[in-house]
Amino acid sequence: MTAHTFAPAPGAAPVARQLLTQAGMEARLMLRNGEQLLLAVVIPVIVLVGSVRGVERVGFDLDGRPIDVLAPGVLALAVMSTAFTSLAIATGFERRYGVLKRLGTAPLSRATLLGGKVLALLLVEIFQFVVIGGVGLALGWSGPSGAGGLVLLVLAALAGTAAFASLGMLLAGSLRAEATLAAANLVYLLLLAGGAVILPASLYGGLGDVVRWLPSGALGEAVRSACDGALAVRDLLVLVAWAVAGSALTARTFKWE
Amino acid sequence: MRYGDTVAVDGLSLTVERGTITAVLGPNGAGKTTTLETCEGYRRAQGGTVRVLGLDPVRQRGELLPRIGVMLQSGGAWSGARADEMLRHFARLHARPQDVGLLMERLALHECGRTPYRRLSGGQQQRLGLALALVGRPELVFVDEPTAGMDPQIRRAVWELLEELRADGVTVVLTTHYLEEAERLADRVHILDRGRLVASGTPLELTRGGTVATIRIVVTQPFPAGAPEELVRALGDGTELTVLDPLSLQLSGPADSTTLATVAAWCASHDVLPESLSLGQRNLEDVFLELTGRESL
Repeated sequence: MTAHTFAPAPGAAPVARQLLTQAGMEARLMLRNGEQLLLAVVIPVIVLVGSVRGVERVGFDLDGRPIDVLAPGVLALAVMSTAFTSLAIATGFERRYGVLKRLGTAPLSRATLLGGKVLALLLVEIFQFVVIGGVGLALGWSGPSGAGGLVLLVLAALAGTAAFASLGMLLAGSLRAEATLAAANLVYLLLLAGGAVILPASLYGGLGDVVRWLPSGALGEAVRSACDGALAVRDLLVLVAWAVAGSALTARTFKWE
Repeated sequence: MRYGDTVAVDGLSLTVERGTITAVLGPNGAGKTTTLETCEGYRRAQGGTVRVLGLDPVRQRGELLPRIGVMLQSGGAWSGARADEMLRHFARLHARPQDVGLLMERLALHECGRTPYRRLSGGQQQRLGLALALVGRPELVFVDEPTAGMDPQIRRAVWELLEELRADGVTVVLTTHYLEEAERLADRVHILDRGRLVASGTPLELTRGGTVATIRIVVTQPFPAGAPEELVRALGDGTELTVLDPLSLQLSGPADSTTLATVAAWCASHDVLPESLSLGQRNLEDVFLELTGRESL
């Protein structure tokens, strides 16, 4: 009793430390969770290997070697799965289990919390890009064209993350956790199949122009262009527009509890 | 505070002094949690003024949060996070956190430190909740039913911890269902019922109200004729006698330090050897039942 163990010494940690702590925790939890890991790397790798084989067999009229078209598409898919599906499910259950409420008692501002979430997504995406890119290279992918291509790829991934994360949060903040889980997976599957993520919009015929307005199509096109060293202005603007619209709606509708 | 048409807390006015333990007591639905959550800034008061450490808990939440610790009634952790990981995470959000190992030990969490939150028992989750509230070294902690569902041994450890907090200058505001807890810990007790404050005071002030003591005497041989009446006269005005049966009687009335001596003298002069003799005062439970008219909490 002499030590005054509990003598008050309150104070918040510096924002930068909070941001890194929060991002590290969320990224760790995401990568530790089996289902999330499945969504983050296992499914994209299977899709990559499977689609390369499949396209060769079916004989799609691709603009270039199949792996050079499909590997960027699968990277776009990876961004979508993390920034949208994983984020929505994780946040939905954080609401359900009162994690957001509890974090609200810590000296962590909402901006820092959201920043931590975004940073966690980017950390997971780096991991995904290393694994999926590695598998792609092993399958003969030529990779992004030089440093410029890499920068454009990062830019496309950031824009895609912003768009999908804002939509994921919109879902998680308005539906119940179970409904979020179902909806996030359903939307993911629909966009995977018909959203011009993996296959270029040009293969969708007349629908191609429509799907490029979807965040999935825009992200797929932006990543494919980036890997070819081209800046896809229109697709990036579409992503930014989705991010702005999604964030505005989320800010209005998000329920913390 | 209203939820729809239901008034949860109404016209509540209370002040908490620094470095004390305050208990907010009341039956289910009395408005305890609503009151706490209003102080924590989760809810905006629909009327009146709330100031916590001189700050508006909603508008100045950013300033307030680092200085307070909050223990929620339940939940609030990632199901896959380990207990020690969760606590370390919260520690890193603060500038000068408490030693995590020490906190784990004091709250008997060291054995389940590696266990994911979803596999912790209810009591372990509660204790982790308390640890999370304390890890930032707050000036003021709000604890919502800190010992609900804990086994007696651990409850005692939590009580000792809360008393140590007070000794070290931390202000504690707790809600509880357990009268025993309020009586043992609190410097001040506020009793809420249906959103209103029905009584406030130190446990002593609350239980002294009316200063009625109850004496019960049980004997093995019937009382000598006229002896009970004589005891009533000896104890003075205001004493009421109830003969429960030929071998036991109960007296209630004002009591002071001479009461027991009077009873003893009466025993000696009538050659009465009580099998049991008890002098009881009101406890918080009696007060609580009188005020709220409830059978139980």
